[in-house]
Amino acid sequence: MLENALTGSKRYYTLLGILGGLVLLGFLVYLRQLQFGLGITGMGRDVSWGFYIAQFTYLVGVAASAVMVVLPYYLHNYKAFGRVTILGEFLAVAAVTMCILFIVVDLGRPDRILNVLKYPTPNSVLFWDMIVLNVYLFLNIVIGWVVLESERNEVAPPKWVKPLIYLSIPWAPSIHTVTAFLYAGLPGRGYWLTAIMAPRFLSSAFAAGPALLILLALFVRKYTKFDPGREQIQTLAKIVTYAILVNVFFFFCEVFTVFYSQIPDHMLHFQYLFYGLDGKARLVPWMWFSIVGMTIAAIMMVFPKIRQNETTLALTCGLIIITTYIDKGLGLMTGGFVPNPLEKVTEYWPTAPEAIITLGVWAMGFLILTILYKVAVSVKEEIKE
Amino acid sequence: MGMDRRKFIKVAGFSTLVGLGGKSAFELLFPGELEAAFQAKPEALKGKRWAMVVDMKKMDEATARKCVEACHKVHNVPNLDNPINPKDKVSSEEKVRWEIKWIWTEHYHNAFPGTEYEHMVEKVAHLPFPLLCNHCDNPPCVRVCPTQATYRRPDGIVMMDMHRCIGCRFCMAGCPFSARSFNWRDPRPFVKEVFQEYPTREPGVVEKCTFCEERLAKGQLPACVVASNGALIFGDLTDAKSKVREALKEKFTIRRKPFLGTNPQVYYIV
Repeated sequence: MLENALTGSKRYYTLLGILGGLVLLGFLVYLRQLQFGLGITGMGRDVSWGFYIAQFTYLVGVAASAVMVVLPYYLHNYKAFGRVTILGEFLAVAAVTMCILFIVVDLGRPDRILNVLKYPTPNSVLFWDMIVLNVYLFLNIVIGWVVLESERNEVAPPKWVKPLIYLSIPWAPSIHTVTAFLYAGLPGRGYWLTAIMAPRFLSSAFAAGPALLILLALFVRKYTKFDPGREQIQTLAKIVTYAILVNVFFFFCEVFTVFYSQIPDHMLHFQYLFYGLDGKARLVPWMWFSIVGMTIAAIMMVFPKIRQNETTLALTCGLIIITTYIDKGLGLMTGGFVPNPLEKVTEYWPTAPEAIITLGVWAMGFLILTILYKVAVSVKEEIKE
Repeated sequence: MGMDRRKFIKVAGFSTLVGLGGKSAFELLFPGELEAAFQAKPEALKGKRWAMVVDMKKMDEATARKCVEACHKVHNVPNLDNPINPKDKVSSEEKVRWEIKWIWTEHYHNAFPGTEYEHMVEKVAHLPFPLLCNHCDNPPCVRVCPTQATYRRPDGIVMMDMHRCIGCRFCMAGCPFSARSFNWRDPRPFVKEVFQEYPTREPGVVEKCTFCEERLAKGQLPACVVASNGALIFGDLTDAKSKVREALKEKFTIRRKPFLGTNPQVYYIV
């Protein structure tokens, strides 16, 4: 099947070339980071995790959302999703790969990464995160590949893959839950110290992931002979609608508890993000755009007319992807670290090298995604003929 | 009695040649001697639960500065304001991000956020409170470390193995006291006089106060305590006759964020 990745149109090769170029550029800047240290990023002693870990967090959600196409197909026998499960699974593979790369580029001593295996430490959530992410990657590669191959050979998938599929369903929320626990269990970080962190992560993931999948499905339909299907896209849109509504609801739950209780340790972080603190307010416009945009998008998705028109659907999905990304990508990390435990405000913004390395990792993910989707779409086109 | 380095290498090399490895070879050839080599020196200070009391009645700017300087000198902590080569000068913004602090001072409202009030004794509000690792009984940094590079010793010292640390900085997110520093860049251009008895660091690892465990092992008190003119009191909390216990018995003390349940072991007499 992999041979399908080697033959393609000129446009396919151009895309691979551009992505490959960005990967290379990111890698060169990463070499500089290895030489100088993480000081070339905007991080510091107060905001000690930044853009890299934020992307990691967001992408764990994208990866987990594959379950939203797998579950209806395998547990509810919703046949229509048979056409798109492979797109969800391969998206998960690309997303988890990016997650792992973002962890690696964030490490001060990546050469020592195997210490995590050498000295396994069950009381560290990071240890569990490593396990769940790697297993999830493995599950999706195997399931996606085996099922696609059977589809190409027009035979039923082998029996042994079924238990793996059933395992992958609870495994998906587990990766995002464990990721939330990285933050939600830390004393003295009021913004993160909330039991609703994992549920919030899941709701934003199940909105953003399927929204991205809708855009990818529309893209695949436009540029290949394979149509993921209108019904499939509409069902995904309903999933996005529920998830984004729940996500907005969770946000207001959080805001109520924090501002009605008036406990400063929890309130200060929200004040920094939405009003600014000590005259420092770099994220304020972003955060307002994020929450207002997210709320508007949620309301728009409720209207069947907006959802059923694929143009307005695509635009709303785009808005959901951007607003949840700001919330999780910019707000979550910086908001957790500002103000610091001494209640001092040190702001954070990614530097150019940091942004280029980030872009390089994203390009790597999309390179993998392009190749995997090329393989999947070629098989789908083949069967149709 | 222990063995010297030369003998250790001789035995190790020879035993490896004949196919014997590691500790078992020593046990076979020199029973008991290897253990002895790793035992504490007789002059070492021994405690069951080390703790510190900071007497703010004796603390002033000059004393605090002396404590910080003493600590940072014997631990080769870089001074970003003072590069060896002027071309390595860092901006003030970079300094805020990259600074390494084992012990430093803050005002009351930063050291004890949330407990300040409007009409507080003005003198206290402006005192230089020395802050350092609290060597918590229940340290969140140890809980989150994925490699046990930071761990708690039986005597209560929260240690840091800079050779095992992968630089994930989970401990920095976990610490509610900002007591941990990461080497965001090479610190060596900012260590003018290298103190040869202590290692310098490379970029990419976390470091922090270790209650001067290397000095305790030699029978010396922590460097900051020695430099403090009696403002810093150090001792074994399990020993009722120790100076820390005497201080705690006589004066009421406060600790930083005790409500978080980390059980900090640095006490402040205000």
